[in-house]
Amino acid sequence: MKNAISDALVITKRQLLQLARVPEVLIFSTIQPVMFVLLFRYVFGGSISTDQPGGYVQLLMPGIFVQTVAFTLAATASGLAEDMGKGLIDRFRSLPISRSALVVGRTLGDSLLNIVVLAVMGIAGFVVGWRPTSGLPKVMLGFLFLLLFGYALSWTGIFVGLSARDARVVQNVSFIITFPLTFLSNAFAPTTGMPRPLQYVAEWNPVSTMVAACRQLFGLENQFGATAGSFPSEHPLEMSLIYMVLIMVIFVPLSVRKYKNSSK
Amino acid sequence: MKSVVAQHLIKTYRNGEVRALDDLSLDVEEGTVLSVLGPNGAGKTTTVRILATLLSPDSGNATVGGIDVIKHPEKVREIIGLSGQYAAVDETLTGWDNLVMFGRLYHLGKQASINRANELLERFSLTESARRPIKTYSGGMRRRLDLAASLIVRPKVLFLDEPTTGLDPRGRQEMWGVIEELVKDGVTLLLTTQYLEEADQLADEIAVIDHGKVIARGTSDVLKKQVGGERLEVVVESAHIKATMEIVAKVSGDKVSLDEALRQISAPVSTGATALIEVLRALDTAGIHPLDVGLKRPSLDDVFMSLTGHVAEEVVAAPVDKKKKGRK
Repeated sequence: MKNAISDALVITKRQLLQLARVPEVLIFSTIQPVMFVLLFRYVFGGSISTDQPGGYVQLLMPGIFVQTVAFTLAATASGLAEDMGKGLIDRFRSLPISRSALVVGRTLGDSLLNIVVLAVMGIAGFVVGWRPTSGLPKVMLGFLFLLLFGYALSWTGIFVGLSARDARVVQNVSFIITFPLTFLSNAFAPTTGMPRPLQYVAEWNPVSTMVAACRQLFGLENQFGATAGSFPSEHPLEMSLIYMVLIMVIFVPLSVRKYKNSSK
Repeated sequence: MKSVVAQHLIKTYRNGEVRALDDLSLDVEEGTVLSVLGPNGAGKTTTVRILATLLSPDSGNATVGGIDVIKHPEKVREIIGLSGQYAAVDETLTGWDNLVMFGRLYHLGKQASINRANELLERFSLTESARRPIKTYSGGMRRRLDLAASLIVRPKVLFLDEPTTGLDPRGRQEMWGVIEELVKDGVTLLLTTQYLEEADQLADEIAVIDHGKVIARGTSDVLKKQVGGERLEVVVESAHIKATMEIVAKVSGDKVSLDEALRQISAPVSTGATALIEVLRALDTAGIHPLDVGLKRPSLDDVFMSLTGHVAEEVVAAPVDKKKKGRK
Protein backbone atom coordinates (compact mmCIF):
# COMPACT_ATOMS: atom_id res chain seq x y z
CA MET A 1 0.00 0.00 0.00
CA LYS A 2 2.80 2.39 0.93
CA ASN A 3 4.51 1.44 -2.29
CA ALA A 4 1.30 1.93 -4.27
CA ILE A 5 1.10 5.53 -3.08
CA SER A 6 4.76 6.32 -3.62
CA ASP A 7 4.66 4.69 -7.07
CA ALA A 8 1.67 6.84 -8.00
CA LEU A 9 3.51 9.94 -6.78
CA VAL A 10 6.52 9.09 -8.95
CA ILE A 11 4.16 9.05 -11.94
CA THR A 12 2.62 12.35 -10.86
CA LYS A 13 6.08 13.83 -10.50
CA ARG A 14 6.86 12.69 -14.00
CA GLN A 15 4.00 14.82 -15.31
CA LEU A 16 5.22 17.84 -13.38
CA LEU A 17 8.71 17.26 -14.75
CA GLN A 18 7.26 17.15 -18.26
CA LEU A 19 5.76 20.58 -17.64
CA ALA A 20 9.10 21.84 -16.40
CA ARG A 21 10.88 20.46 -19.47
CA VAL A 22 8.27 21.72 -21.94
CA PRO A 23 6.78 24.82 -20.29
CA GLU A 24 4.90 25.63 -23.52
CA VAL A 25 2.34 22.97 -22.59
CA LEU A 26 1.44 24.78 -19.38
CA ILE A 27 1.44 28.15 -21.11
CA PHE A 28 -0.94 27.03 -23.84
CA SER A 29 -3.21 25.08 -21.54
CA THR A 30 -3.76 28.32 -19.60
CA ILE A 31 -3.94 30.64 -22.60
CA GLN A 32 -6.93 28.78 -24.00
CA PRO A 33 -9.26 29.24 -21.02
CA VAL A 34 -8.10 32.83 -20.55
CA MET A 35 -8.97 33.42 -24.20
CA PHE A 36 -12.42 31.98 -23.55
CA VAL A 37 -12.86 34.34 -20.61
CA LEU A 38 -12.03 37.34 -22.77
CA LEU A 39 -14.07 36.20 -25.79
CA PHE A 40 -17.24 35.42 -23.86
CA ARG A 41 -16.88 38.44 -21.65
CA TYR A 42 -16.52 40.93 -24.48
CA VAL A 43 -18.08 39.22 -27.52
CA PHE A 44 -21.22 37.60 -26.07
CA GLY A 45 -21.38 39.51 -22.80
CA GLY A 46 -22.77 42.57 -24.51
CA SER A 47 -25.65 40.78 -26.19
CA ILE A 48 -26.75 38.47 -23.38
CA SER A 49 -29.00 40.57 -21.18
CA THR A 50 -29.07 39.91 -17.49
CA ASP A 51 -30.04 41.94 -14.46
CA GLN A 52 -27.19 40.33 -12.52
CA PRO A 53 -25.45 42.96 -10.38
CA GLY A 54 -21.89 43.15 -11.66
CA GLY A 55 -22.96 42.02 -15.10
CA TYR A 56 -22.69 38.89 -17.25
CA VAL A 57 -19.11 38.15 -16.21
CA GLN A 58 -20.33 37.07 -12.75
CA LEU A 59 -22.45 34.34 -14.34
CA LEU A 60 -19.90 33.56 -17.01
CA MET A 61 -16.92 32.76 -14.79
CA PRO A 62 -18.43 29.69 -13.07
CA GLY A 63 -19.45 28.45 -16.52
CA ILE A 64 -15.96 28.80 -17.92
CA PHE A 65 -14.40 27.23 -14.83
CA VAL A 66 -16.58 24.16 -15.21
CA GLN A 67 -15.97 23.98 -18.96
CA THR A 68 -12.22 24.10 -18.38
CA VAL A 69 -12.15 21.35 -15.77
CA ALA A 70 -14.43 19.28 -18.01
CA PHE A 71 -11.63 19.26 -20.57
CA THR A 72 -9.52 17.31 -18.07
CA LEU A 73 -11.21 14.30 -19.62
CA ALA A 74 -9.53 15.03 -22.94
CA ALA A 75 -6.17 15.85 -21.34
CA THR A 76 -6.05 12.62 -19.33
CA ALA A 77 -7.29 10.51 -22.23
CA SER A 78 -4.86 11.80 -24.82
CA GLY A 79 -1.91 11.77 -22.40
CA LEU A 80 -2.56 8.13 -21.63
CA ALA A 81 -3.13 7.20 -25.27
CA GLU A 82 0.17 8.80 -26.18
CA ASP A 83 1.99 6.78 -23.52
CA MET A 84 0.38 3.63 -24.85
CA GLY A 85 1.30 4.44 -28.41
CA LYS A 86 4.93 4.93 -27.47
CA GLY A 87 5.09 1.63 -25.62
CA LEU A 88 5.67 3.39 -22.32
CA ILE A 89 2.67 1.68 -20.74
CA ASP A 90 4.19 -1.71 -21.55
CA ARG A 91 7.37 -0.67 -19.82
CA PHE A 92 5.44 0.43 -16.73
CA ARG A 93 3.48 -2.80 -16.76
CA SER A 94 6.69 -4.83 -16.81
CA LEU A 95 7.89 -3.12 -13.62
CA PRO A 96 7.23 -4.48 -10.13
CA ILE A 97 4.85 -1.64 -9.30
CA SER A 98 1.25 -1.56 -8.22
CA ARG A 99 -1.14 -1.83 -11.13
CA SER A 100 -3.13 1.19 -10.08
CA ALA A 101 -0.07 3.43 -9.66
CA LEU A 102 0.07 4.61 -13.24
CA VAL A 103 -3.57 5.60 -13.56
CA VAL A 104 -3.82 7.07 -10.06
CA GLY A 105 -0.61 9.02 -10.65
CA ARG A 106 -1.89 10.42 -13.92
CA THR A 107 -5.25 11.54 -12.52
CA LEU A 108 -3.44 13.28 -9.67
CA GLY A 109 -1.04 14.98 -12.07
CA ASP A 110 -3.86 16.27 -14.23
CA SER A 111 -5.61 17.64 -11.14
CA LEU A 112 -2.46 19.51 -10.12
CA LEU A 113 -2.40 21.07 -13.56
CA ASN A 114 -6.04 22.10 -13.01
CA ILE A 115 -5.05 24.00 -9.87
CA VAL A 116 -2.63 26.13 -11.87
CA VAL A 117 -5.09 26.68 -14.71
CA LEU A 118 -7.94 27.63 -12.35
CA ALA A 119 -5.70 30.06 -10.50
CA VAL A 120 -4.66 31.80 -13.72
CA MET A 121 -8.28 31.95 -14.90
CA GLY A 122 -9.45 33.32 -11.57
CA ILE A 123 -6.93 36.13 -11.88
CA ALA A 124 -7.96 36.81 -15.49
CA GLY A 125 -11.60 36.87 -14.39
CA PHE A 126 -10.80 39.28 -11.60
CA VAL A 127 -9.08 41.59 -14.09
CA VAL A 128 -12.19 41.69 -16.29
CA GLY A 129 -14.57 42.37 -13.40
CA TRP A 130 -15.42 39.03 -11.73
CA ARG A 131 -16.12 39.64 -8.02
CA PRO A 132 -17.43 36.70 -6.01
CA THR A 133 -19.39 38.01 -3.03
CA SER A 134 -19.67 34.96 -0.79
CA GLY A 135 -16.43 35.32 1.17
CA LEU A 136 -13.20 33.35 0.97
CA PRO A 137 -14.32 30.04 2.58
CA LYS A 138 -17.21 29.56 0.16
CA VAL A 139 -15.14 30.64 -2.82
CA MET A 140 -12.47 28.09 -1.86
CA LEU A 141 -15.19 25.48 -1.48
CA GLY A 142 -16.31 26.34 -4.99
CA PHE A 143 -12.80 25.73 -6.31
CA LEU A 144 -12.62 22.47 -4.39
CA PHE A 145 -15.82 21.40 -6.13
CA LEU A 146 -14.26 22.26 -9.47
CA LEU A 147 -11.12 20.25 -8.70
CA LEU A 148 -13.13 17.24 -7.60
CA PHE A 149 -15.25 17.42 -10.72
CA GLY A 150 -12.09 17.54 -12.84
CA TYR A 151 -10.66 14.61 -10.89
CA ALA A 152 -13.78 12.51 -11.43
CA LEU A 153 -13.76 13.27 -15.15
CA SER A 154 -10.09 12.40 -15.29
CA TRP A 155 -11.09 8.81 -14.49
CA THR A 156 -13.52 8.90 -17.39
CA GLY A 157 -10.55 10.07 -19.45
CA ILE A 158 -8.52 7.05 -18.32
CA PHE A 159 -11.25 4.81 -19.61
CA VAL A 160 -11.51 6.65 -22.93
CA GLY A 161 -7.73 6.69 -23.32
CA LEU A 162 -7.42 2.96 -22.71
CA SER A 163 -10.35 2.12 -24.94
CA ALA A 164 -9.19 3.92 -28.04
CA ARG A 165 -5.82 2.99 -29.42
CA ASP A 166 -4.77 6.11 -31.20
CA ALA A 167 -4.05 9.49 -29.63
CA ARG A 168 -5.86 11.34 -32.43
CA VAL A 169 -8.99 9.22 -32.08
CA VAL A 170 -8.91 9.88 -28.36
CA GLN A 171 -8.73 13.61 -28.95
CA ASN A 172 -11.80 13.48 -31.19
CA VAL A 173 -13.80 11.19 -28.93
CA SER A 174 -13.07 13.40 -25.92
CA PHE A 175 -14.28 16.48 -27.74
CA ILE A 176 -17.41 14.73 -28.92
CA ILE A 177 -18.14 13.96 -25.27
CA THR A 178 -17.21 17.30 -23.73
CA PHE A 179 -18.52 19.82 -26.27
CA PRO A 180 -22.22 18.94 -26.11
CA LEU A 181 -21.91 18.50 -22.35
CA THR A 182 -20.54 21.98 -21.84
CA PHE A 183 -22.76 23.80 -24.31
CA LEU A 184 -25.99 21.94 -23.65
CA SER A 185 -25.98 23.51 -20.22
CA ASN A 186 -26.55 26.71 -18.34
CA ALA A 187 -22.84 27.58 -18.54
CA PHE A 188 -23.02 30.46 -21.00
CA ALA A 189 -26.66 31.24 -21.66
CA PRO A 190 -30.04 30.62 -20.04
CA THR A 191 -31.44 27.19 -20.71
CA THR A 192 -34.87 28.77 -21.09
CA GLY A 193 -34.11 29.65 -24.69
CA MET A 194 -33.77 25.96 -25.63
CA PRO A 195 -36.55 23.75 -26.99
CA ARG A 196 -38.43 22.14 -24.13
CA PRO A 197 -36.96 18.58 -24.40
CA LEU A 198 -33.44 19.99 -24.50
CA GLN A 199 -34.16 22.02 -21.40
CA TYR A 200 -34.64 18.83 -19.42
CA VAL A 201 -31.37 17.42 -20.74
CA ALA A 202 -29.63 20.67 -19.89
CA GLU A 203 -31.05 20.69 -16.37
CA TRP A 204 -29.94 17.15 -15.62
CA ASN A 205 -26.57 17.68 -17.28
CA PRO A 206 -23.85 17.41 -14.61
CA VAL A 207 -22.15 20.44 -16.12
CA SER A 208 -25.29 22.50 -15.37
CA THR A 209 -25.52 21.30 -11.81
CA MET A 210 -21.82 22.04 -11.34
CA VAL A 211 -22.20 25.54 -12.80
CA ALA A 212 -25.25 26.18 -10.66
CA ALA A 213 -23.42 24.87 -7.59
CA CYS A 214 -20.47 27.15 -8.25
CA ARG A 215 -22.71 30.15 -8.84
CA GLN A 216 -24.35 29.42 -5.52
CA LEU A 217 -21.00 29.07 -3.77
CA PHE A 218 -19.73 32.29 -5.33
CA GLY A 219 -22.81 34.11 -3.97
CA LEU A 220 -25.03 34.39 -7.06
CA GLU A 221 -28.59 33.64 -7.92
CA ASN A 222 -28.50 31.01 -10.65
CA GLN A 223 -30.20 33.17 -13.26
CA PHE A 224 -29.46 30.84 -16.13
CA GLY A 225 -30.96 27.96 -14.25
CA ALA A 226 -34.07 26.04 -14.83
CA THR A 227 -37.63 27.08 -14.92
CA ALA A 228 -39.03 23.57 -14.90
CA GLY A 229 -38.35 23.23 -11.19
CA SER A 230 -36.49 19.94 -11.60
CA PHE A 231 -34.59 18.36 -8.73
CA PRO A 232 -31.09 19.13 -10.09
CA SER A 233 -31.85 22.80 -10.60
CA GLU A 234 -33.29 23.08 -7.10
CA HIS A 235 -30.44 21.16 -5.44
CA PRO A 236 -27.33 21.79 -7.51
CA LEU A 237 -24.81 21.20 -4.69
CA GLU A 238 -26.22 17.84 -3.67
CA MET A 239 -26.76 16.78 -7.25
CA SER A 240 -23.20 17.69 -8.25
CA LEU A 241 -21.80 15.65 -5.39
CA ILE A 242 -23.98 12.72 -6.38
CA TYR A 243 -22.74 12.98 -9.97
CA MET A 244 -19.10 13.08 -8.91
CA VAL A 245 -19.49 10.06 -6.68
CA LEU A 246 -21.39 8.27 -9.41
CA ILE A 247 -18.73 8.97 -12.03
CA MET A 248 -16.00 7.72 -9.69
CA VAL A 249 -17.93 4.64 -8.62
CA ILE A 250 -18.42 3.67 -12.23
CA PHE A 251 -15.17 4.69 -13.84
CA VAL A 252 -12.51 3.99 -11.19
CA PRO A 253 -13.09 0.23 -11.10
CA LEU A 254 -13.82 0.15 -14.83
CA SER A 255 -10.59 1.97 -15.66
CA VAL A 256 -8.41 -0.03 -13.30
CA ARG A 257 -9.84 -3.25 -14.70
CA LYS A 258 -9.37 -2.06 -18.24
CA TYR A 259 -5.76 -1.16 -17.45
CA LYS A 260 -5.04 -4.51 -15.87
CA ASN A 261 -6.52 -6.32 -18.85
CA SER A 262 -5.22 -3.94 -21.44
CA SER A 263 -3.14 -6.64 -23.09
CA LYS A 264 -5.26 -9.70 -22.68
CA MET B 1 19.43 -24.78 -15.01
CA LYS B 2 16.83 -23.34 -17.35
CA SER B 3 16.15 -19.66 -16.75
CA VAL B 4 13.28 -19.43 -19.17
CA VAL B 5 10.89 -22.22 -20.03
CA ALA B 6 7.83 -21.91 -22.23
CA GLN B 7 5.67 -24.95 -22.83
CA HIS B 8 2.94 -25.39 -25.39
CA LEU B 9 1.99 -21.74 -25.51
CA ILE B 10 -1.11 -20.99 -27.51
CA LYS B 11 -2.40 -17.50 -28.09
CA THR B 12 -5.17 -16.59 -30.46
CA TYR B 13 -6.73 -13.29 -31.32
CA ARG B 14 -10.13 -12.35 -32.65
CA ASN B 15 -11.88 -15.41 -31.25
CA GLY B 16 -9.39 -17.87 -32.61
CA GLU B 17 -9.27 -16.45 -36.11
CA VAL B 18 -5.64 -15.42 -35.79
CA ARG B 19 -3.32 -17.95 -34.22
CA ALA B 20 -0.37 -15.91 -33.01
CA LEU B 21 1.23 -18.76 -31.08
CA ASP B 22 0.50 -22.30 -32.06
CA ASP B 23 1.92 -24.66 -29.44
CA LEU B 24 5.19 -22.83 -29.01
CA SER B 25 7.79 -24.29 -26.65
CA LEU B 26 11.27 -23.05 -25.94
CA ASP B 27 13.77 -22.71 -23.13
CA VAL B 28 16.90 -20.76 -22.33
CA GLU B 29 19.77 -22.13 -20.29
CA GLU B 30 20.90 -19.80 -17.50
CA GLY B 31 23.58 -17.35 -18.59
CA THR B 32 23.15 -18.01 -22.30
CA VAL B 33 21.62 -16.15 -25.20
CA LEU B 34 18.73 -17.55 -27.16
CA SER B 35 17.77 -15.74 -30.30
CA VAL B 36 14.22 -16.16 -31.50
CA LEU B 37 14.48 -15.68 -35.20
CA GLY B 38 11.55 -15.23 -37.51
CA PRO B 39 9.84 -12.93 -39.97
CA ASN B 40 7.27 -10.30 -39.03
CA GLY B 41 4.13 -11.85 -37.66
CA ALA B 42 5.80 -15.13 -36.73
CA GLY B 43 4.91 -14.64 -33.06
CA LYS B 44 8.15 -13.22 -31.66
CA THR B 45 6.65 -10.23 -29.90
CA THR B 46 3.72 -12.24 -28.57
CA THR B 47 6.19 -14.72 -27.06
CA VAL B 48 8.17 -11.98 -25.36
CA ARG B 49 5.03 -10.28 -24.08
CA ILE B 50 3.83 -13.50 -22.48
CA LEU B 51 7.19 -14.20 -20.86
CA ALA B 52 7.42 -10.60 -19.62
CA THR B 53 3.96 -10.92 -17.98
CA LEU B 54 2.28 -8.39 -20.29
CA LEU B 55 0.03 -10.93 -21.90
CA SER B 56 -1.67 -14.15 -20.81
CA PRO B 57 -1.57 -17.14 -23.11
CA ASP B 58 -4.81 -18.97 -23.92
CA SER B 59 -3.13 -22.14 -22.75
CA GLY B 60 0.29 -23.50 -21.96
CA ASN B 61 2.63 -22.42 -19.23
CA ALA B 62 5.86 -20.57 -18.74
CA THR B 63 8.40 -19.90 -16.03
CA VAL B 64 11.07 -17.24 -15.79
CA GLY B 65 13.80 -17.72 -13.19
CA GLY B 66 11.76 -20.68 -11.97
CA ILE B 67 8.72 -18.50 -11.28
CA ASP B 68 5.40 -19.11 -13.00
CA VAL B 69 4.58 -16.08 -15.14
CA ILE B 70 0.85 -16.62 -14.96
CA LYS B 71 0.54 -17.38 -11.24
CA HIS B 72 3.13 -14.91 -9.91
CA PRO B 73 3.62 -12.18 -12.49
CA GLU B 74 4.55 -9.64 -9.79
CA LYS B 75 7.50 -11.78 -8.71
CA VAL B 76 8.63 -12.28 -12.28
CA ARG B 77 8.64 -8.51 -12.81
CA GLU B 78 11.23 -8.16 -10.07
CA ILE B 79 13.83 -10.21 -11.90
CA ILE B 80 13.32 -9.28 -15.54
CA GLY B 81 14.26 -6.42 -17.79
CA LEU B 82 12.35 -5.69 -20.99
CA SER B 83 13.38 -3.53 -23.85
CA GLY B 84 11.06 -3.43 -26.79
CA GLN B 85 11.16 -2.61 -30.43
CA TYR B 86 10.18 0.97 -29.75
CA ALA B 87 12.14 2.95 -27.24
CA ALA B 88 9.69 3.00 -24.36
CA VAL B 89 10.92 6.02 -22.50
CA ASP B 90 9.41 9.43 -21.85
CA GLU B 91 10.61 11.53 -24.75
CA THR B 92 9.89 14.89 -23.21
CA LEU B 93 12.08 14.11 -20.23
CA THR B 94 15.86 13.94 -20.25
CA GLY B 95 17.76 10.66 -20.19
CA TRP B 96 18.69 11.32 -16.60
CA ASP B 97 15.06 12.08 -15.60
CA ASN B 98 13.94 8.82 -17.14
CA LEU B 99 16.49 6.63 -15.43
CA VAL B 100 15.94 8.24 -12.05
CA MET B 101 12.19 7.82 -12.47
CA PHE B 102 12.54 4.13 -13.31
CA GLY B 103 14.91 3.73 -10.36
CA ARG B 104 12.24 5.15 -8.09
CA LEU B 105 9.67 2.81 -9.58
CA TYR B 106 11.97 -0.10 -8.76
CA HIS B 107 11.92 1.28 -5.18
CA LEU B 108 15.61 2.06 -5.11
CA GLY B 109 15.33 5.17 -3.00
CA LYS B 110 16.27 8.64 -4.11
CA GLN B 111 20.05 8.63 -3.78
CA ALA B 112 20.41 5.06 -5.03
CA SER B 113 18.26 5.92 -8.08
CA ILE B 114 20.46 8.89 -8.87
CA ASN B 115 23.66 6.89 -8.46
CA ARG B 116 22.39 4.06 -10.61
CA ALA B 117 21.23 6.51 -13.31
CA ASN B 118 24.67 8.13 -13.44
CA GLU B 119 26.34 4.74 -13.55
CA LEU B 120 24.22 3.52 -16.46
CA LEU B 121 24.55 6.76 -18.40
CA GLU B 122 28.32 6.47 -18.06
CA ARG B 123 28.33 2.84 -19.10
CA PHE B 124 26.26 3.45 -22.22
CA SER B 125 28.22 6.57 -23.20
CA LEU B 126 25.24 8.84 -22.66
CA THR B 127 26.66 11.06 -19.94
CA GLU B 128 27.10 13.99 -22.30
CA SER B 129 23.48 13.92 -23.41
CA ALA B 130 22.09 13.02 -19.99
CA ARG B 131 20.49 16.43 -19.51
CA ARG B 132 18.92 16.67 -22.94
CA PRO B 133 15.35 15.61 -23.69
CA ILE B 134 15.21 12.19 -25.35
CA LYS B 135 13.53 13.61 -28.43
CA THR B 136 16.85 15.14 -29.37
CA TYR B 137 18.59 11.74 -29.24
CA SER B 138 19.56 9.69 -32.29
CA GLY B 139 17.83 6.34 -32.81
CA GLY B 140 20.84 4.47 -31.46
CA MET B 141 21.05 6.66 -28.36
CA ARG B 142 17.37 6.14 -27.64
CA ARG B 143 17.73 2.39 -27.83
CA ARG B 144 20.73 2.47 -25.54
CA LEU B 145 18.82 4.55 -23.04
CA ASP B 146 15.87 2.19 -23.30
CA LEU B 147 18.19 -0.73 -22.67
CA ALA B 148 19.72 1.11 -19.72
CA ALA B 149 16.24 1.58 -18.26
CA SER B 150 15.70 -2.18 -18.36
CA LEU B 151 18.95 -2.82 -16.49
CA ILE B 152 18.32 -0.65 -13.45
CA VAL B 153 18.02 -3.51 -10.98
CA ARG B 154 20.45 -5.85 -12.76
CA PRO B 155 17.81 -8.25 -14.04
CA LYS B 156 18.51 -11.98 -14.03
CA VAL B 157 16.69 -12.40 -17.32
CA LEU B 158 16.61 -9.83 -20.05
CA PHE B 159 14.16 -9.75 -22.95
CA LEU B 160 15.12 -7.71 -25.97
CA ASP B 161 12.46 -7.52 -28.64
CA GLU B 162 14.10 -6.64 -31.94
CA PRO B 163 16.69 -4.38 -30.32
CA THR B 164 18.17 -3.11 -33.58
CA THR B 165 15.15 -2.88 -35.87
CA GLY B 166 15.20 0.45 -37.60
CA LEU B 167 18.74 1.38 -36.62
CA ASP B 168 21.37 2.37 -39.16
CA PRO B 169 24.41 0.08 -39.50
CA ARG B 170 26.44 2.16 -37.07
CA GLY B 171 23.67 2.17 -34.47
CA ARG B 172 23.35 -1.56 -34.92
CA GLN B 173 27.06 -2.16 -34.39
CA GLU B 174 27.00 -0.04 -31.22
CA MET B 175 23.98 -1.91 -29.92
CA TRP B 176 25.65 -5.25 -30.60
CA GLY B 177 28.71 -4.11 -28.67
CA VAL B 178 26.55 -3.14 -25.71
CA ILE B 179 24.63 -6.43 -25.80
CA GLU B 180 27.81 -8.50 -26.05
CA GLU B 181 29.12 -6.82 -22.91
CA LEU B 182 25.93 -7.58 -21.04
CA VAL B 183 26.22 -11.20 -22.01
CA LYS B 184 29.78 -11.29 -20.68
CA ASP B 185 28.38 -10.17 -17.33
CA GLY B 186 26.32 -13.35 -17.29
CA VAL B 187 22.78 -12.15 -17.88
CA THR B 188 20.38 -14.66 -19.42
CA LEU B 189 19.13 -13.13 -22.62
CA LEU B 190 16.22 -13.88 -24.89
CA LEU B 191 16.51 -11.79 -27.99
CA THR B 192 14.14 -11.65 -30.92
CA THR B 193 15.28 -10.57 -34.32
CA GLN B 194 14.44 -10.80 -37.96
CA TYR B 195 18.08 -10.31 -38.88
CA LEU B 196 19.84 -13.58 -39.48
CA GLU B 197 23.17 -11.87 -39.11
CA GLU B 198 22.20 -10.60 -35.68
CA ALA B 199 21.20 -14.01 -34.41
CA ASP B 200 24.44 -15.45 -35.77
CA GLN B 201 26.50 -12.74 -34.09
CA LEU B 202 24.89 -12.62 -30.63
CA ALA B 203 23.21 -15.92 -29.85
CA ASP B 204 24.48 -19.16 -28.35
CA GLU B 205 21.40 -20.86 -29.67
CA ILE B 206 18.79 -19.99 -32.22
CA ALA B 207 15.12 -20.92 -32.29
CA VAL B 208 13.64 -20.33 -35.71
CA ILE B 209 9.93 -19.61 -35.48
CA ASP B 210 7.31 -19.31 -38.13
CA HIS B 211 3.53 -19.12 -37.86
CA GLY B 212 3.64 -19.31 -34.08
CA LYS B 213 5.78 -22.38 -33.59
CA VAL B 214 9.43 -23.31 -33.35
CA ILE B 215 10.41 -24.99 -36.58
CA ALA B 216 14.10 -25.50 -35.86
CA ARG B 217 16.36 -25.15 -32.92
CA GLY B 218 20.10 -25.32 -32.33
CA THR B 219 23.37 -23.48 -32.57
CA SER B 220 23.98 -21.56 -35.73
CA ASP B 221 26.43 -24.29 -36.81
CA VAL B 222 23.92 -27.06 -36.26
CA LEU B 223 21.25 -25.21 -38.20
CA LYS B 224 23.61 -24.63 -41.05
CA LYS B 225 24.57 -28.30 -41.14
CA GLN B 226 20.90 -29.16 -41.21
CA VAL B 227 20.62 -27.40 -44.52
CA GLY B 228 23.58 -29.23 -45.93
CA GLY B 229 27.33 -29.16 -45.55
CA GLU B 230 29.85 -26.92 -47.12
CA ARG B 231 30.29 -26.19 -50.78
CA LEU B 232 33.55 -25.71 -52.57
CA GLU B 233 33.58 -22.88 -55.09
CA VAL B 234 36.21 -22.19 -57.73
CA VAL B 235 36.29 -19.40 -60.29
CA VAL B 236 38.58 -19.89 -63.31
CA GLU B 237 39.22 -18.51 -66.80
CA SER B 238 36.73 -19.74 -69.42
CA ALA B 239 39.39 -21.87 -71.09
CA HIS B 240 39.91 -23.92 -67.96
CA ILE B 241 36.30 -24.55 -67.02
CA LYS B 242 36.07 -28.05 -68.42
CA ALA B 243 39.30 -29.30 -66.85
CA THR B 244 38.44 -27.72 -63.53
CA MET B 245 35.02 -29.32 -63.45
CA GLU B 246 36.65 -32.71 -63.85
CA ILE B 247 39.02 -32.07 -60.98
CA VAL B 248 36.29 -30.83 -58.67
CA ALA B 249 34.05 -33.77 -59.57
CA LYS B 250 36.80 -36.17 -58.62
CA VAL B 251 37.36 -34.61 -55.19
CA SER B 252 33.71 -34.06 -54.40
CA GLY B 253 32.30 -37.27 -55.75
CA ASP B 254 29.02 -35.43 -56.01
CA LYS B 255 27.14 -33.38 -58.56
CA VAL B 256 29.14 -30.41 -59.84
CA SER B 257 27.33 -27.30 -60.93
CA LEU B 258 28.50 -24.46 -63.09
CA ASP B 259 27.50 -20.82 -63.13
CA GLU B 260 28.59 -19.80 -66.61
CA ALA B 261 28.15 -16.09 -66.16
CA LEU B 262 30.43 -16.07 -63.12
CA ARG B 263 32.63 -18.90 -64.44
CA GLN B 264 32.10 -20.44 -61.04
CA ILE B 265 32.24 -24.16 -60.43
CA SER B 266 30.82 -25.49 -57.20
CA ALA B 267 30.12 -28.82 -55.53
CA PRO B 268 29.25 -30.11 -52.08
CA VAL B 269 32.21 -31.44 -50.08
CA SER B 270 32.30 -33.35 -46.85
CA THR B 271 35.95 -33.01 -45.89
CA GLY B 272 36.11 -29.24 -45.74
CA ALA B 273 39.60 -27.77 -45.86
CA THR B 274 41.15 -31.08 -46.93
CA ALA B 275 39.01 -31.07 -50.05
CA LEU B 276 40.08 -27.52 -50.72
CA ILE B 277 43.78 -28.45 -50.54
CA GLU B 278 43.24 -31.47 -52.80
CA VAL B 279 41.53 -29.38 -55.43
CA LEU B 280 44.21 -26.69 -55.28
CA ARG B 281 47.00 -29.27 -55.66
CA ALA B 282 45.26 -30.85 -58.63
CA LEU B 283 44.68 -27.46 -60.26
CA ASP B 284 48.31 -26.52 -59.69
CA THR B 285 49.52 -29.77 -61.25
CA ALA B 286 47.27 -29.10 -64.25
CA GLY B 287 48.74 -25.61 -64.52
CA ILE B 288 45.41 -23.91 -63.83
CA HIS B 289 45.44 -20.75 -61.73
CA PRO B 290 42.09 -20.17 -60.09
CA LEU B 291 40.82 -16.57 -59.94
CA ASP B 292 39.02 -17.28 -56.74
CA VAL B 293 38.55 -20.28 -54.56
CA GLY B 294 36.84 -20.93 -51.28
CA LEU B 295 34.62 -22.94 -49.02
CA LYS B 296 31.14 -21.58 -48.50
CA ARG B 297 29.06 -22.51 -45.50
CA PRO B 298 25.34 -21.98 -45.88
CA SER B 299 24.09 -18.70 -44.42
CA LEU B 300 21.18 -18.45 -42.07
CA ASP B 301 19.23 -17.11 -45.04
CA ASP B 302 19.72 -20.49 -46.66
CA VAL B 303 18.61 -22.11 -43.41
CA PHE B 304 15.43 -20.13 -43.34
CA MET B 305 14.72 -20.72 -46.97
CA SER B 306 15.13 -24.46 -46.64
CA LEU B 307 13.06 -24.63 -43.43
CA THR B 308 10.14 -22.45 -44.36
CA GLY B 309 10.20 -22.21 -48.11
CA HIS B 310 10.19 -18.44 -47.91
CA VAL B 311 12.78 -15.86 -47.06
CA ALA B 312 12.98 -14.39 -43.60
CA GLU B 313 12.46 -10.79 -44.58
CA GLU B 314 9.11 -11.48 -46.12
CA VAL B 315 6.52 -9.26 -44.53
CA VAL B 316 3.47 -11.29 -43.67
CA ALA B 317 0.31 -9.31 -43.08
CA ALA B 318 -0.06 -9.86 -39.38
CA PRO B 319 -2.40 -7.73 -37.33
CA VAL B 320 -1.42 -9.75 -34.30
CA ASP B 321 2.11 -8.58 -33.68
CA LYS B 322 1.29 -5.02 -34.51
CA LYS B 323 -1.69 -4.88 -32.26
CA LYS B 324 -0.40 -2.89 -29.35
CA LYS B 325 2.76 -1.50 -30.75
CA GLY B 326 3.63 2.09 -31.03
CA ARG B 327 2.39 4.48 -33.62
CA LYS B 328 3.84 7.81 -34.26
